[in-house]
Amino acid sequence: MAEKSSENRMSLERIQQIREFSLIGFIIILSIFVQFRNSNFLTMANLDDLLTNTAILSILAVGMMMVIITRGIDLSIGATLALSGMLTSMLVSVYPALHPLAALLIGTLIGFVSGSIIGLLVAKFNILPIIATLGMMNVFRGITFLISGGKWVSAYQMSDSFKSISTGSILGINNLIVISIFIYLVFYYFINYTRTGRKIYAVGSSPKSAKVSGINVTKITWLVYSIMGSLAGLSGVLWVSKFASAQSNTASGYELNVIAACVIGGISIAGGEGKVTGLLSGVLLYGILENALPMINVSPFWQNAIQGAVILIAVVVSALIKRKTGSSNKIRRED
Amino acid sequence: MKKIIIGMLVLLMLFTVVGAAAAQSGKYALVVKSAGNPFMEKVREGFENAISEVGGEAIYKAPAEPTVEAQIIMIEQLITQRVDAIAISANDPEALRPALQKAMSRGIKVLSLDSSVNPNSRMVHVNQADPEQIGRVQIQGIAEMIGGEGQIAVLSATSQATNQNLWIDWMKKELEKPEYDNIELVKVAYGDDLRDKSVSETEALLKSYPDLKGIIAPTTVGIAAAGKVLTDRDLVGEVYLTGLGLPSEMAEYIKNGVSPWMYLWNPIDLGYLAGYAAEGLVAEEITGEAGESFTAGDLGEKEVIKAGEGTEIMLGAPFRFDADNIDQWKEVY
Repeated sequence: MAEKSSENRMSLERIQQIREFSLIGFIIILSIFVQFRNSNFLTMANLDDLLTNTAILSILAVGMMMVIITRGIDLSIGATLALSGMLTSMLVSVYPALHPLAALLIGTLIGFVSGSIIGLLVAKFNILPIIATLGMMNVFRGITFLISGGKWVSAYQMSDSFKSISTGSILGINNLIVISIFIYLVFYYFINYTRTGRKIYAVGSSPKSAKVSGINVTKITWLVYSIMGSLAGLSGVLWVSKFASAQSNTASGYELNVIAACVIGGISIAGGEGKVTGLLSGVLLYGILENALPMINVSPFWQNAIQGAVILIAVVVSALIKRKTGSSNKIRRED
Repeated sequence: MKKIIIGMLVLLMLFTVVGAAAAQSGKYALVVKSAGNPFMEKVREGFENAISEVGGEAIYKAPAEPTVEAQIIMIEQLITQRVDAIAISANDPEALRPALQKAMSRGIKVLSLDSSVNPNSRMVHVNQADPEQIGRVQIQGIAEMIGGEGQIAVLSATSQATNQNLWIDWMKKELEKPEYDNIELVKVAYGDDLRDKSVSETEALLKSYPDLKGIIAPTTVGIAAAGKVLTDRDLVGEVYLTGLGLPSEMAEYIKNGVSPWMYLWNPIDLGYLAGYAAEGLVAEEITGEAGESFTAGDLGEKEVIKAGEGTEIMLGAPFRFDADNIDQWKEVY
């Protein structure tokens, strides 16, 4: 029995690897194709742009990945991002001397509070994640609108130090990229090597068995939404600093981009599955699409269609690979 | 809410006290979309200026929420008050018809401004945006900035946006003039009025066309996003930016020289023109038929033209915001 299950796990891991490699292969083919159409694509300057523009998406995707692994979804992150961005930038416009790190901290805190409310609704009151987050999405947007009175905070109202959060660089690398690398390192360790991190998978694979084996499912569920909220809050500050403008409808609908990046990265919507490395390639592919499509001179009508098609292909490939492993999965379940 | 209630009470008191005395001078009502809209506050300022110039009384009505129901109630009140004219910025083009037709049947002159109502529920519409002038003036602006030659690109909103597409058509027509022979429009990019996409599109323009000299962004989100990209890359004086933007959003980029100037309609002028149009209707100088003309105070002679099913009065060329006037406008809207 033990031998058999380890064999199964071997093949599962291998298939995960095949999946990731096929994604990386696809990224390489796509990059070569784009490079032929526009020779500016594979230049340092463009890669820098690409990574800088993908950084915020990648940060949000880490949080979304954990939520999706617990079989949840969070539609409120665009609104949380807007709320945190608006509040922080309004604060900066009143106190221009506010230290950038303090701004980041305040934004993250606002996100944490927003996320923990959602966590409570989902974990304690057992409200379906899609309903709870849809509701809170509107609540957060409404609050953002009320606080700002519908007005925008514009570039001239923000201090230079605040704007430099996303334009500055450390060792020649843009701050946004540095922050996102830092977050990936932290969460790679957290998800793979800490007890709490592993419990997230357990809750997602089977909430019932997780409960039986003594895992506090409520706490883990609350935790993932709180982390998601904190990351969205952090992203809000980064977003507002990057674009030097805060509106009530900032990042409206952005949650769908994040979910799409997760799906491309092999995070199963059914829960329990997904790896940080896979997510990284998913985010990268999404970032390349966003960056490359404007550069290859396709009609704007095609841009969306191509983006959608690539997402579908990624999901279909993942489903096909999964079907092949379906039989072995069944055996494992019977064990 | 409190402010509005107090405001209403004050207005009510004014009516009862002054009402009888002012009955002769003419009452001109302005109904806007909602309270607390900085743009509309400026429209009101212009409207009140015009009305005080003609010696009438201006009544300002602003619903707390931008709903058509609230506007209908206000129109009913104004009918009861027997105002002479109602100028409205509509929250819905169709739903106001019964109320406005009732007003017209009682002899009240009805006109719309900013956001129009159906031609059959108004006598004339005051349009802030003459698409032809808006398109042409942006080409004239960018041509002056880049010194009459070089590559330019347009960063628009969505590819289906009616306004923007119409303006871009006029830009292309302006470009056909021989004086622009050395200017090449290399691409119309679409930022979908999203910050992130507008930034990506601007970056792609800069990379795909290294000789690019100017960008026209006829959309508020696009022009601010492009301004940010050009600022971050320190392209002041190399790539020029103009278009249609909000003064508050563009203040930074106008002052740092990325965009020497840009355009948008002037809300004070819009209100002012609406005030004079209302006066013209009441004095029966015009009836809202195409071909008529009247003098709109400082704005000079204005003509009523046919537009679609109805008629319109065009405000004219958009207002130019540059380093000299941006500081006073950035607080406004």
